[in-house]
Amino acid sequence: MSNKVIQAMYNDDDVLMDAVKEVRAAHYHIDEVYTPFPVHGLDKAMGLKGTRIAITAFMYGCVGFSFAIWMMNYMMIEQWPQDIGGKPSMSFFLNMPAFIPIMFELSVFFAAHLMVITFYMRSRLWPFKEAENPDPRTTDDMFVMEVAVDGNEAELVSFLEKTGTVEIKVTEKH
Amino acid sequence: MYTFSSKLKTLSFALMIIGFLGVAYGFLTTPSSVEDVKVMLQQSHDAHGSEASAHEVTVNEHGSTQAHEVDAHAEHVFHSLKNKPWSALYVALFFFFMISLATLAFYAIQHAAQAGWPVVLFRVMEAITAYLPVGGVLLFVFFVLSSLHLNHLFVWMDPEVVAHDELIQNKSGYLNVPFFLIRAAIYITGWVVYRNYARKLTLAQDNSTDLTNYTKLFKSSAAFLVFFLVTESMMSWDWIMSLDPHWFSTLFGWYVFASMIVSAITTIALVSIYLKGKGYLEFVNNSHLHDLAKFMFGFSIFWTYLWFSQFMLIWYANIPEEITYFATRFNDYKIPFLGMLGLNFVFPFLILMNSDFKRVPWFIVCAGIVILLGHYVDIYVMIMPATVGDQWFFGISEISSVLLVLGLFIYVVFSALSKVPLLAKGNPFIKESEHFHY
Repeated sequence: MSNKVIQAMYNDDDVLMDAVKEVRAAHYHIDEVYTPFPVHGLDKAMGLKGTRIAITAFMYGCVGFSFAIWMMNYMMIEQWPQDIGGKPSMSFFLNMPAFIPIMFELSVFFAAHLMVITFYMRSRLWPFKEAENPDPRTTDDMFVMEVAVDGNEAELVSFLEKTGTVEIKVTEKH
Repeated sequence: MYTFSSKLKTLSFALMIIGFLGVAYGFLTTPSSVEDVKVMLQQSHDAHGSEASAHEVTVNEHGSTQAHEVDAHAEHVFHSLKNKPWSALYVALFFFFMISLATLAFYAIQHAAQAGWPVVLFRVMEAITAYLPVGGVLLFVFFVLSSLHLNHLFVWMDPEVVAHDELIQNKSGYLNVPFFLIRAAIYITGWVVYRNYARKLTLAQDNSTDLTNYTKLFKSSAAFLVFFLVTESMMSWDWIMSLDPHWFSTLFGWYVFASMIVSAITTIALVSIYLKGKGYLEFVNNSHLHDLAKFMFGFSIFWTYLWFSQFMLIWYANIPEEITYFATRFNDYKIPFLGMLGLNFVFPFLILMNSDFKRVPWFIVCAGIVILLGHYVDIYVMIMPATVGDQWFFGISEISSVLLVLGLFIYVVFSALSKVPLLAKGNPFIKESEHFHY
């Protein structure tokens, strides 16, 4: 098994979408597609699975909600139940309306921030990360589809040339 | 074209007849005099056994003053029981009227926002607003009957009460019968005029070659929304908040509106799912349902936000003149008052959060039925404590009032649906709406 990939470049997202469908129909394996902006429907055309990040966000929200309840119950009811302006600090439920703004905010805070951090971790993004860009033009106006070479390289190149590509490069996998 | 199925027609008539009989029964079984109430109270005291005998002792000790209190109590209960069938009818009339009214507001918003997706649902919305003139007339008749002292829902309409009540006297510049009826007439006329005008314009647009009707509809919708915001707010003061003339709340109009709009969107979704199930709306796909379900979800949370904002601000400051409103609700109406939070918030929040669930019709129907029940309870808890107090009960009067108005609502809405084609084909956004997917 060779370590080579073919980078087929396109300069239009519609052509790219058609090319992705053709390559998938011909049962070649698409390693990666680099685009300068989100192409609507590309994930479906590539057959990528749906994201589960919304589910993680819901669970993080539940954590934040529970944390807020525990924190305020501990501080305001159990630890030092002081009479502050006549608020009923005898039990959590009697004083709950005053806690709800904090419960809400902490749910949102946990859900939002932990979800973003999850996103960074799963997509391996951090400040000193080395960019994995195969060609600088993909951040501007070029679309690159990387197809793994598996067996007949010449056949794959001639197949990709017919999909509307403007340029083809064969490189070692990095 | 939709044909009003004979089964549904029979159902609507059956609902109206059963409802009418139940409402009539409710009116006939109210106690006819204070003496009846005293007998009734005595019987319920006897049923309590030992408690009643303990009460006897206090009566003997305190003598005449206690007897006077018993009389006053009996009279209070008498008025509450007299009000009960009226209030039950009022809750039902207002509930279905507000669905129709907020559907009109939603419809106007979609026109003014030039939304692309809901065009295929416009005829459904127009049909729901067909109830607006009918319900408006019924409500107005109800207000006229109230002002003729056939019931005691609006205590400020009773000159004897006002004579002894300085707080109401100070508000009598706004709360007086002629001005109240004139205002109600202005609101209802304004809404019905826009509704009929919009209906005429979209029907004319179907057969026209240019967009003049569409442009007029756009402008009139924007103007209507301005009118609606003002009148809806005043309507909620007049028709609901004035039941408690000693109490006031500044965000009340918005709160009533939130209840209205979520019920309206739910009704649009339910009628659309029904029609689609019967094969009449083949151009409505599950993305349209998804959008409606998102609105149901969002406005359920919006309602909760306003409910909580109103409750928490009053609970927190605990000013006696404001807190009585929630004190009566919390003490006498604990189950409906807290239960509606489950129906209107927790259930739709958990059910409609998942994006896939929002595309499944039976999920939307489940959530929709719960939301409508919850907002009925919401209106119930807004109106009943002021009119019947602790004498409330979900009995024959309440259920049959809902059935009566529901039957009428179904009849009016579905006969309006059967009059015109179900696709507003003249709208410039129709292609976008037909191919809408999310």
